[in-house]
Amino acid sequence: MQQAMMEFWDGLPVIVQIVTKIMMIVGPLLLVVAYTTLAERKVIGYMQVRVGPNRVGPRGLLQPIADSLKLLLKEVIIPSNSDKYLFLIAPILAIAPALAVWAVIPFDDGMVLADINAGLLYLLALSSVGVYGIIIAGWASNSRYALLGGMRSAAQIVSYEIAMGFALVGVVMAAGSLNLGEIVMSQQGSVYHWFLLPLFPLFLVYLISGVAETNRAPFDVAEGESEIVAGFHVEYSGMAFAIFFLAEYANMILISALTALLFLGGWLSPFEGILPESAFALPLIGWLLDSGIHWLLIKTAFFLFCFLWFRATFPRYRYDHIMRLGWKVLIPVTIVWLFVLGVAFALGIGPWFA
Amino acid sequence: MSFEQFLFYFFSTILVASAVAMITVRNPVHAALFLVLAFFTSAAHWIMLEAEFLGILLVLVYVGAVMVLFLFVVMMLDINVARVREGFVRLLPVGLVVAVGMMVVMAMVVGARVFQLESPGRADADYSNTEAIGQLLYTEYVYPFEIAAVILLVAIIAAIVLTLRRRPDSRYMDPAEQIKVQRKDRVRLIKMEAEKK
Repeated sequence: MQQAMMEFWDGLPVIVQIVTKIMMIVGPLLLVVAYTTLAERKVIGYMQVRVGPNRVGPRGLLQPIADSLKLLLKEVIIPSNSDKYLFLIAPILAIAPALAVWAVIPFDDGMVLADINAGLLYLLALSSVGVYGIIIAGWASNSRYALLGGMRSAAQIVSYEIAMGFALVGVVMAAGSLNLGEIVMSQQGSVYHWFLLPLFPLFLVYLISGVAETNRAPFDVAEGESEIVAGFHVEYSGMAFAIFFLAEYANMILISALTALLFLGGWLSPFEGILPESAFALPLIGWLLDSGIHWLLIKTAFFLFCFLWFRATFPRYRYDHIMRLGWKVLIPVTIVWLFVLGVAFALGIGPWFA
Repeated sequence: MSFEQFLFYFFSTILVASAVAMITVRNPVHAALFLVLAFFTSAAHWIMLEAEFLGILLVLVYVGAVMVLFLFVVMMLDINVARVREGFVRLLPVGLVVAVGMMVVMAMVVGARVFQLESPGRADADYSNTEAIGQLLYTEYVYPFEIAAVILLVAIIAAIVLTLRRRPDSRYMDPAEQIKVQRKDRVRLIKMEAEKK
């Protein structure tokens, strides 16, 4: 049976194979995005001693579907005197990089759509292209609030990209490769071999700049409701608005998955090298304990929960404080730690750099 | 026509069209966006030449950072297109002389010598452009590379010094000072006699 399936698969034209693989990534991704919105409302609800959505479907489980149906049926209003073409292109420019980035994310050993050499660089490049959606949306709307939001967001994303890039340089130094699969495999061994310990300051910098990069609270001045209404997407309605929403949540999931891949060993099991070999040979329990895609999903879900937790916990940063944190705190921390890494390499401090 | 050739002509058409559009459209924001498209498609050309590191770097640096700042400035400025276009006919002869001169110089530099090169063969499957560039940069060209880095550092410091201005009148908040604040800095209790009627 399996043999026949494999033969059938290999017999398909390459383009059909690739499209099927893309579907297998994008489909679940969009589903997760939809349910992240529900999770956000529920988690924040319980943190604020409320119940959250509980009317549509059992325990509110169909809420995201109702929401997306509502947005689909709404009219897309194009503001007068706006730049019509750019106004409609902007959401596409926001969602396309957010989805294209997933091509190089490995979910398990070898389970990746495009196993390219410079995977990490591709990732950085595409996530920096995502900012165009926001700037163009802000400018094309012909609205002062939107323009202010777009400007704030552009400045914020460009500044935090530097801190993020430097944090990734540390990861590349420790792993000796730009390929995401190889970066995960170089963390093999046990929990102590994960890059979390030797690169702990870089991990914090990456997580903080990841939150800033996705325009999430406490760095959400680009859409600060209390000052500029909703920032860059204030003029958008219906599906065009929903696409910005999708892009933001897809980026959140991406940053969570990347944090798991780069610093917490991705799909590697935390029990590796700690439990005896015989534990992994057990039926089912052994599979659960062993490395696999489920560990990546658990780690990603944890960081995704952190995103929601931050939103419920921290008050919004003031704009000049955001810039101060990015340029005067995070970037120096990364530069110092890169120097420390260089020294650790020269002295061969184990078990990471031996 | 092979698939590779098709891709080459596909990207080249977009590249040339967007470059032409960049200098002909009236709206400066549209022009900047066409330049972005031109950068993006030339990155695709580099990737087709197996220089994926350079191609991705072009997107990362020029599209992701330089052009964002460019757009930033262009959106803030209120450029009067009519005034910029004034005197087009009057300046046309000068422009033509400069354009022809530049074309002659470029033809002398690149010219037939480069265009008649045999195309280099395909690299091996495990060829990594990143590693190859790294090898060259840190061995053969290490001094030029480091000198370029120092020049860039000087440029950064110069730019910061040139734009730095102290504004004693602006109110500035120091979060560290605010956290360290004590009761005696903020509250002053005064004892005074009750006033007679």
